Amino acid sequence: MYPDEFYYTKNHEWIKVEGDIGTVGITDFAQKQLGDVVYVDIPDKGTLDFHQSMGVIESVKAVSDIYSPLSGEILEVNAGLNESPELVNEDPHGNGWILKLKIKDRSELEKLMSAGDYEKFLDGLEE
Amino acid sequence: MIEFFGWNLPVEFSGIVHEHMAVREKAGLFDVSHMGEIIIRGRQALELVQFLTPNDASRLSFGRAQYSALTSPEGTFVDDLLVYCLEDSFLLVVNAANITKDFHWIRQHAEPFDVQVENASEEYTQIALQGPSAENILQSLTEIALDALSPFHFDLGKVAGKECLVSRTGYTGEDGFEIYTKCSEPGKIWNAVMKEGKEYGLLPVGLGARDTLRLEASLMLYGNDIDETTTVLEANLGWLVKFKKGDFLGRDSLFDQKEKGVSREIAGFELVERGIARSHYTVFADEQQVSEVTSGSYSPYLKKSIGLAYLPIAYTAIDSKIEVEVHDRRVPARIIPTPFYKKKEKSD
Repeated sequence: MYPDEFYYTKNHEWIKVEGDIGTVGITDFAQKQLGDVVYVDIPDKGTLDFHQSMGVIESVKAVSDIYSPLSGEILEVNAGLNESPELVNEDPHGNGWILKLKIKDRSELEKLMSAGDYEKFLDGLEE
Repeated sequence: MIEFFGWNLPVEFSGIVHEHMAVREKAGLFDVSHMGEIIIRGRQALELVQFLTPNDASRLSFGRAQYSALTSPEGTFVDDLLVYCLEDSFLLVVNAANITKDFHWIRQHAEPFDVQVENASEEYTQIALQGPSAENILQSLTEIALDALSPFHFDLGKVAGKECLVSRTGYTGEDGFEIYTKCSEPGKIWNAVMKEGKEYGLLPVGLGARDTLRLEASLMLYGNDIDETTTVLEANLGWLVKFKKGDFLGRDSLFDQKEKGVSREIAGFELVERGIARSHYTVFADEQQVSEVTSGSYSPYLKKSIGLAYLPIAYTAIDSKIEVEVHDRRVPARIIPTPFYKKKEKSD
């Protein structure tokens, strides 16, 4: 269920690394917790530090901060989420991606979880 | 599930937007048993109700209900409620959060009256069936003639074989019914309605959609939009106040406020740029901080951010411009007419 090639954070973000570009989103667990996403508020430029808040995702009932999995420079936000924020619920690991950044320091990846670790982490939460 | 004043209530079953739209287009079923029921009976029951509330309960006869309030001497809200005129008593349906407060308030003021006041909340189950298909669904489960039941009217009869009070009332802005019962096994009524409603697309609905639905209909939520600091006139509910009926708690204060004019009033707004306004977000008018959002949300039906706030009178006219601070941005908003949503009439 959780793509093997992604890295994961304890705050339920994922990052897919291709060269020095990282695509970031939130996990299926996170979208279920949020409920219907109705608004995504992320800046389309700027630099982010490791685990710095990069904006908010809002569902009908909640406002949730999302944090950058790695340090980097924002390249692009998913414009499709303006019209269709529900993509985050429908395809959280695919078309519901939130932003792309230029990775500053690949060694930070060591601080993130693999898919297996993330799934274990989720099991731990559900107890 | 969330904890709500001693109750465990579901926020959603299948998604807030999904449930919200089901109520607007088909039907939704709510378990609202957390609401309170207080009964006033006795020789002077009507007199006590008249004293405690601003609306005119003497207009009610058996089978009729009215929206009303328990007002303080300052004309502010102790609670908002429905008053039902029963055979030999009045049934007050109050907010879950205020049951104990209201019961003590009523008992305290009941001293000089020849009445008995009973808190029957624990005995009552209440479910609400709301939406355009509500009548069709419920009619097959009851011998009460629903097409003859007008809004704010009720009747007693069996629903799914159980004795109930069925009123054409609700908190969604749609046609619908609230079903009260003291029977044992009220879950059978829920199951029967869910089964009957299946072919109509009936869904169970939680607190999340209950809030978005009532906000679209601009129905007040005690604690958010009305409380002991807001007067009935400031809340734009002047129609509830029947000065001519006689004395009632808060009459003098409200009369005074009516003569002098209110300095602030609740108004509905929409954000005109991206963002969602929520409760307690700061509201600015002409760069000055003037108040906070009382209720605000994304509106699933209207697909925009709507909300309510108390504003100085000068800013309450339709199209007035205000700003709402959403996270760290001031988002422009404008005053729009309420209710934000009005159901289609059957004749449309």
